[in-house]
Amino acid sequence: MACFLVSAAEAVVVTAVEKAEEKKELQAIETGVAKEIEVKVPLSRKLKWLTYMLWGGAVLLAFEHVWHGEVVPWFPFLTAMSDPADAAEMFHEMATVGVTMAALITVVWLGMCKAADAIVKRPVGRNAARFM
Amino acid sequence: MTLLITVFAAVISTVVWYNRKDDNMKLGILLFMYWGASIMWLVDAIYEYAELHEEYFTPAAADMLNDAFLGLSVVALGLVIWVVRLLITDPKGSVHRALTRKKA
Repeated sequence: MACFLVSAAEAVVVTAVEKAEEKKELQAIETGVAKEIEVKVPLSRKLKWLTYMLWGGAVLLAFEHVWHGEVVPWFPFLTAMSDPADAAEMFHEMATVGVTMAALITVVWLGMCKAADAIVKRPVGRNAARFM
Repeated sequence: MTLLITVFAAVISTVVWYNRKDDNMKLGILLFMYWGASIMWLVDAIYEYAELHEEYFTPAAADMLNDAFLGLSVVALGLVIWVVRLLITDPKGSVHRALTRKKA
């Protein structure tokens, strides 16, 4: 009904954090506070992956809701809001399906960050010979 | 069906990204968008399966067709978002060159 709103809300927060982190990293480079070049993926880049997944997923799911007539271009924009019983059902769906969606994307992203850190630490092309 | 089509789009865009020559095409946005949507539809499918059980795997033909049509539309929307962003950010400067080109 409106499960994509939970991911969209998380996307807004993560985008703000990502912008702040990016600014902090740039300032650290400019002022020379940053240590010598470390082999690791910057946090701002990792946060960008999460924002792309959250925004992308939310936009494409919002389109699905428009398709099914659950989101309309006039107030209150969500058809479920016009009836209290439907609204209650919508909030329940947001609290269950919506929160699970946002949580699973975040868990996948955490796994990606771990994998990315491991990949940048290992020598390039280490596994190339094995698969030839 | 929508989930399946989006997963295929996510896998294909990831393979294309992996074989990229440079970062000018900004394919990362496209694949993250499709993976994000795939994860969200997977959760939706799990909840639906919990409600319908084996009935989930035997949808009516009309529903399947509608879902397939929706899936293809979602993939098209993702591509449109990506191409519009590519033209606006213009990493290769192609749009800028085309707009500032002088007549011979």
